[in-house]
Amino acid sequence: MSVLVIADHDLGQLSPATARVVHAVSTLGPIDLLVVAENPAPIAAAAAQLAGVSRVLTASGSPVADSLETLLSTLAVRYHYVVASAGSGGKDVMPRLAAKLDIMPVTDVVEVLGPNRFTRPIYAGNALQTVTDNQAKHVLTIRASAFRAAATGNAAPIETIDTSVVSVARLIAAHRTQSDTPDLATAQIVVGGGVALGSAENFQLIEQLAKKLGAAIGATRAAVDAGYAPNDWQVGQTGKIIAPDLYIAIGISGALQHLAGIQGAKKIVAINTDPEAPLVKLADVALIGDLFEIIPQLLSELDKTGVKR
Amino acid sequence: MKILVAIKRVVDHNVRIRVRPDGSGVETTGVRMSMNPFCKHAVEAAVQLSEAGHGDEIVIVSIGPKTANDVILTALAMGAHRGILVETDADLETLAIAKLLAKVVEEENPDIVLLGKQAVDDDSNHTGQMLAALTNRPQATFASEIKVIGAELEVTREIDSGRETIAIPLPAVVTADLRLNTPRNAALPMVMKARSKPLAVRPAAEFGVDLTPRLIIDKVSPPAERAAGKTLGSTTELAAYIAAEVSQMEAL
Ligand SMILES: Cc1cc2nc3c(=O)[nH]c(=O)nc-3n(C[C@H](O)[C@H](O)[C@H](O)COP(=O)(O)OP(=O)(O)OC[C@H]3O[C@@H](n4cnc5c(N)ncnc54)[C@H](O)[C@@H]3O)c2cc1C
Repeated sequence: MSVLVIADHDLGQLSPATARVVHAVSTLGPIDLLVVAENPAPIAAAAAQLAGVSRVLTASGSPVADSLETLLSTLAVRYHYVVASAGSGGKDVMPRLAAKLDIMPVTDVVEVLGPNRFTRPIYAGNALQTVTDNQAKHVLTIRASAFRAAATGNAAPIETIDTSVVSVARLIAAHRTQSDTPDLATAQIVVGGGVALGSAENFQLIEQLAKKLGAAIGATRAAVDAGYAPNDWQVGQTGKIIAPDLYIAIGISGALQHLAGIQGAKKIVAINTDPEAPLVKLADVALIGDLFEIIPQLLSELDKTGVKR
Repeated sequence: MKILVAIKRVVDHNVRIRVRPDGSGVETTGVRMSMNPFCKHAVEAAVQLSEAGHGDEIVIVSIGPKTANDVILTALAMGAHRGILVETDADLETLAIAKLLAKVVEEENPDIVLLGKQAVDDDSNHTGQMLAALTNRPQATFASEIKVIGAELEVTREIDSGRETIAIPLPAVVTADLRLNTPRNAALPMVMKARSKPLAVRPAAEFGVDLTPRLIIDKVSPPAERAAGKTLGSTTELAAYIAAEVSQMEAL
């Protein structure tokens, strides 16, 4: 059973999600990894190193939903599975591809139970649905945070496919968040802040703590809406789904839409003035108090412990 | 310009759902239902486009049981002009929904189709993209801003790396994210007026689409419960806890 995985990438770099997707579907069959980018070569070179990849295919062009759909529907005839990460790119194109192929996709897969059985969350993760997919072909998106990354050290051959990838959509502007913190969706530690921070300036307290711990920064939708944090930091049902080893939630109430994004966290720490906040009740460890007192103290206490990342 | 908005009636987003003990699904009887929040943003976007002179007619379509009339009425009260209920009691997959919507698009031939980016029940995030494919229209998903510029739409999209603005030719399909706007609450006179707006009820069977599900739902189960945690007494204790966790991580 052959698998085609579409590589996720940004700014010429293979995204960490791809290695996790490859690992997630490595039991399903030999994997071809497709890289579609304006300049695919450096991304393909990184992709070829992932264990489980038998071949990397590259095509030049911008990976926009309509153009990708055309390319993928041609390629799909050769594969039993067409797979992407459940990030914004995969969410954009895979249902489109599925409809073109007359296939019902299985998306946001968090567990691969067999060649045609998958588990996916519904109702913001408050229920898990296990499905059997007996269709001739499977169109899947994988929730990268639910899987470990494939190892590296492979040297899969790279082949160029000659095709034109042209979209009717024109990119007018891209606004990227400048930050040297790790990728939120795959980070080992995430420090998240809510509206309690009160301003974009105060939100820098979150950034300071994240920096000290080598952590990614998360935010609630309310904090993003208030303009304290950029939208790509939003964690939750409609933001990013994270599964860090440690999630430190500061001034976050724990609305169910936020909890939807952090169910995979191994350990949760909550700092909140309200002992009744849902996130405090759910946390492995909670500290009740004012974040404006606690964070500065915590920064210096952490220095004393000599913690370093 | 004509705008078609597809909306879904779902378990209200504030309700804490309960998985049925027999694993057959999520309890929906006697549970408060309402318009999917993302759909509400799509309706609001259509009304705002119309108010800005870009929409002569806003048509609302919902697929579901008779009771889905109530969310159509809500949309009509927000300012849409007429509604279509494609009536079915079956639980349809997104592919079947998209096929039915494609038939409605064929009949209505709207310039813009607006949908919510996902429904808070199945969380699929499929329908707009599928509809765009089936009707061969360009798409702009996860929209947080929409501008009509001539025969094009300029749409700002919320994506993993931040935001991007794209231009797509009309006719097109757009799916709404939450930051697109703030949906209005219809005033009572509008609610009263909504009742006199046209609402066509059409049985799903009328559209000649094969609605048979493709996936077999084996079971629905609740997520694993987390063990109860503890409350610490001081920042020093918290620092020690974090340091211990971090050092364990590095040991991996
Ligand atoms: C359809 C839909 C989708 C949504 N998707 C998401 C999503 O993806 N992600 C998301 O996060 N939200 C989402 N939301 C919003 C969600 O419902 C909540 O509104 C939001 O998560 C609340 O954010 P918050 O915790 O920052 O704010 P609040 O709920 O206002 O909580 C603030 C918390 O800070 C505490 N606090 C206040 N002052 C201090 C202080 N000085 N020190 C310490 N603690 C303090 C308070 O006790 C409180 O617990 C969604 C909502 C809807 C309707």
